[in-house]
Amino acid sequence: MMHHPLIGTPQDRVDGRAKVTGTARYVADFETGAEVLHAHVLNSAIAIGRIRRIDTTRALAVPGVVEVFTHENRPRTAWFSSSYKDDVGPPGKPLRPLYDSSISYSGEPVALVVAESYETARYAANLVEVEYEAKPHETDLLKQLPNSYVPKKRRSGINPPPRPKGSAASALESAPVKHVARYLIAAEHHNPMEMHATTVIREADGKLLIHDKIQGVYASKQYVCSVFGLSEDKVRVVSPFIGGAFGSGLRPHYQLFLAVMAAMALERSVKLVLTRDQQFTIAHRPETWNEVALGAKPDGTLTAIRHKAIGSTSRYEDHQEAVVNWTNLLYSAPDVQLEYELVQLDIETPTDMRAPGAPLGAFAAESAMDELAEKLGVDPLALRLHNDTQTDEVMNKYHTSKELRAACQLGAERFGWRHRPFAPRSMRQGRELIGWGLAFGAWEAQMQKHAARVMLDAEGHCTVGVATADLGTGTYTILAQIAAEALGLSMNKVTVLLGDSALPQAPVSGGSWTAASAGSAVHDACARLKAELLLAAQTQRGSPLVDAKLEEVMFDRERIVLMRDPMRAVSLQAAFAAGGRPRIVADGQAGPDQLTQLRYSSHTHSAVFVEARVDEELGQVRVTRAVSAVAAGRILNPKTARSQVVGGVVWGIGMALHEEAMADHNLGRWMNHNIAEYHIPAHADIHEIDVIFAEEKDMLTSPLGVKGLGEIGIVGTAAAVANAVWHATGRRVRELPMTIDKVLGLTPAHTEAR
Amino acid sequence: MRPFHYERPRALEEAIAGKTEASRFLGGGTNLIDLMKYDVERPASLLDLNRLEGLREVERDREGTLRIGALVSNADAAAHPLVREHHPLLADAILAGATPQLRNMATMGGNLLQRTRCYYFYDRLTPCNKREPGTGCPAKEGVNRIHAILGTSEHCIATHPSDMCVALAALEAVVVVRGPSGERRIRTEDFHRLPGDAPERDTTLDAREVVTAIEIPARLYGRHHTYLKLRDRLSYAFALVSVAVTMEMQEGRVSRLRVALGGVAHKPWRVPEAEALLEGRGPEEARFGAVADRLLQGARGYGHNDFKIGLARLAIARALHQAAAATPQSHVAKRIA
Ligand SMILES: Cc1cc2nc3c(=O)[nH]c(=O)nc-3n(C[C@H](O)[C@H](O)[C@H](O)COP(=O)(O)OP(=O)(O)OC[C@H]3O[C@@H](n4cnc5c(N)ncnc54)[C@H](O)[C@@H]3O)c2cc1C
Ligand code: SF4
Repeated sequence: MMHHPLIGTPQDRVDGRAKVTGTARYVADFETGAEVLHAHVLNSAIAIGRIRRIDTTRALAVPGVVEVFTHENRPRTAWFSSSYKDDVGPPGKPLRPLYDSSISYSGEPVALVVAESYETARYAANLVEVEYEAKPHETDLLKQLPNSYVPKKRRSGINPPPRPKGSAASALESAPVKHVARYLIAAEHHNPMEMHATTVIREADGKLLIHDKIQGVYASKQYVCSVFGLSEDKVRVVSPFIGGAFGSGLRPHYQLFLAVMAAMALERSVKLVLTRDQQFTIAHRPETWNEVALGAKPDGTLTAIRHKAIGSTSRYEDHQEAVVNWTNLLYSAPDVQLEYELVQLDIETPTDMRAPGAPLGAFAAESAMDELAEKLGVDPLALRLHNDTQTDEVMNKYHTSKELRAACQLGAERFGWRHRPFAPRSMRQGRELIGWGLAFGAWEAQMQKHAARVMLDAEGHCTVGVATADLGTGTYTILAQIAAEALGLSMNKVTVLLGDSALPQAPVSGGSWTAASAGSAVHDACARLKAELLLAAQTQRGSPLVDAKLEEVMFDRERIVLMRDPMRAVSLQAAFAAGGRPRIVADGQAGPDQLTQLRYSSHTHSAVFVEARVDEELGQVRVTRAVSAVAAGRILNPKTARSQVVGGVVWGIGMALHEEAMADHNLGRWMNHNIAEYHIPAHADIHEIDVIFAEEKDMLTSPLGVKGLGEIGIVGTAAAVANAVWHATGRRVRELPMTIDKVLGLTPAHTEAR
Repeated sequence: MRPFHYERPRALEEAIAGKTEASRFLGGGTNLIDLMKYDVERPASLLDLNRLEGLREVERDREGTLRIGALVSNADAAAHPLVREHHPLLADAILAGATPQLRNMATMGGNLLQRTRCYYFYDRLTPCNKREPGTGCPAKEGVNRIHAILGTSEHCIATHPSDMCVALAALEAVVVVRGPSGERRIRTEDFHRLPGDAPERDTTLDAREVVTAIEIPARLYGRHHTYLKLRDRLSYAFALVSVAVTMEMQEGRVSRLRVALGGVAHKPWRVPEAEALLEGRGPEEARFGAVADRLLQGARGYGHNDFKIGLARLAIARALHQAAAATPQSHVAKRIA
């Protein structure tokens, strides 16, 4: 066939050149002229209490300072906290910046300095004097565990644990083999390359053009309209490029509120760029405690699963994630009890971070599965496959597809798993002990309602518009592939426009749903456009396609071709000439299919294999090999897809070994708030990473067969590293990150096995 | 940052004459400028040293003393043939720190005078005796993973974060400084000080003195040296514990041993009595533990950093082994030898 498929082939990023040459504009790159004012935030020094006195005199006296906003002089904004809600926010009362004198976490904004230059604003912020009346705070999750509770109101989009099946307690009691242990994962802060920032351009007619670091421009637009009581036509949000967000841009953050407030009050354009330190005041992955109990028969068949997790949240919102459900999603057992609770602390509300919840639960459950395998004397992979589920036992549904076993086989083969000796401390080279570990992972494959618009002109130029965001994930590229393939164009004839609230509506980009949802909406728009084109081609006098139906033609190399007789074809140009319109526009839609959702659940799965080398005396860990074998439906672009998974694996290694937000519980404050002291992996920590995609046909999840890939790469990785470290050293570390002192057993553990 | 005056003196005398308590010399700026942005350093003026002549040379005199000018960049020093040939330990220690970009900017003088990385010191919204004397030291009961276990005081438990200085201590280098009353030579071990009751002072340098060079006496340790750095990731992190060793050998015996520890104190930590335990005998592994014990005598943890005592012990033993075996730790390989 002459048709050249684009979907499924490795394609370079269409925005790659713009990014490496610096022409791609990020939020802070907009409006660089002298007319824009610069704002800087002063954050609170105490965790909880109130501002007794705030004095801005010295700050205001600095030449170039235009205004200093505090709770005392801020303009009036919406009063009800419900006006500050966004679509993905948890139940509770969202932060209302500068609303009153009360402080609810260390780092909450207490003043905004607006000046003619960034340096002036930042300097003057240091001159604002604040006197606090501090109240006793609590930021220590472990201390507060006894006060945990089941969240009263569930967070939309997050499934709470299902009702218990049977009695896990009595099944555990009588289980011939069992394992019970606790696992703890440190809080982590999102540190995308681009800082959170907002540039508000106040146009002559008073309308606001806003560039905001957000994973979906409509989220910012709705927030601004609601909080400031503006009508929709007054606000446009344009954020074409986002330099990574990983969940930190799912909700509007205080910099958006403050920048808009200042721009409206001062009737000027305002830019507000947070510092790296301030990244640690907006969002984080919650510190999470787990207890896992597994019961099994001597042959390894699981008889009971109990998995309880307690996550931290703020005092003002009940942030929730899916932490424990995955355990039963992956493994079958007759008696199951899954529980998820929260503890309120005087911290900022946690926010989704890459695969929210899943790697936390997976670290606990997948470590526990390994510990059980050790007790049973069976290979950890064999134990997992023996208990692998065929249906979704959490929701009682069928899987739309689940090629975890195929992925597992491919991964095990590539890794050489069958050569793994059973006993720990069996492999060494020089001073290093070598261990092999694995873990499974799962993530939800979701569809969200998306709209898309596709326009084609007589020269064969196609423009695709969706309001979703490309966070560096490759959305620009895959949408270009989808449209180019559908319309028979080459990639360079397609321009993709994203991140503009003037484009057809899309939700925030997150949860790995963008490829499936935005992709399907574009696909749908292209189908409608093709129908119109065919109609146009048929109006041509003596059209060779006069009796052709849409399903009988294909679009190839700017022509409409009858498949059964390729000699019968009309060029796009001719179709346009005949149709008499300079361009054709079509709107497309995509969304979840309710009926399918009732019967089926859809997930991506992975098996991660890791080799760790540990200096026997010094405890320094190196992850020298990782194979991530993924089953995630149809892969649109193996190149960008691989990058997504590699990024997830690197992050998983960081979660396992490095990432840790350290709180001073006396001050109630995160202390390592910079990326010199908040560690993520450096190049030296990363070695070979291999990504394998298992073939998985799935036409139920989304019309394109796509499941999404943003999260699955991270899910099982940290657990696999922990299992490999155990296999190398014989030491089980149940707290992340596994820093050198924990690997050596020099720091007492907060968790213990029973 | 606060407004400040910026000057570029053309002669050393001019720089010294212009210096006051309230001004700062500027080397590569990789530490000072950060601290100014954080409002921790608040100089009224910056005296940029980069135009000065005669501070960028690396030379070796007849006695074999190596002299490295204060403005030589860390990258240049580590790559210089004289340094690589005669003091590979120094090159290794420099390469163990920071990143290529930072080392390109950082100067020898600035590296000596870089300030602690204590989290509280950098955060002006928290108390800190070193930043604001008399406000207290929250690190003692707070987050102190990277803090000192030796030579601490009730006022401050910060460490000096430099890798380079640990090697300089093991090399018994001398810091050459110039002030209004002329030149002074300060032994490295006397250059940095313990916090005592004046943690705001890191060194014994007078406010009006400028570092002009570092001198390293000739030493014949061959390949019997190492810089072993243990940290929270394999590159681009400050040392949790580091060990610099030079071991001069004569007929199978250790004729001179120098061991300096980094990441454990307010200054590179040396204990001559510990070194003496191996001198005059073969480098017997069985005695490494005793050397470590002596080096760590009096060590105490503050909670998060308790592990450093055990870790330092292990690191010292390994470093002594590396030096004895003439297999210095590589800082290019992604692993510990
Ligand atoms: C992210 C990060 C990671 C780092 N990691 C490491 C690491 O792993 N290991 C490590 O050792 N270091 C590390 N560093 C620190 C780095 O080595 C120092 O910042 C650098 O050496 C300072 O040199 P500089 O010339 O830039 O000093 P500057 O910032 O210019 O000055 C530092 C201080 O020295 C004074 N000064 C400078 N020159 C003179 C002189 N000639 N006479 C008198 N006073 C002078 C200044 O007034 C100032 O007080 C890191 C730094 C950063 C930012
Ligand atoms: S250890 Fe020293 S630098 Fe750190 S808070 Fe205490 S006084 Fe300040």
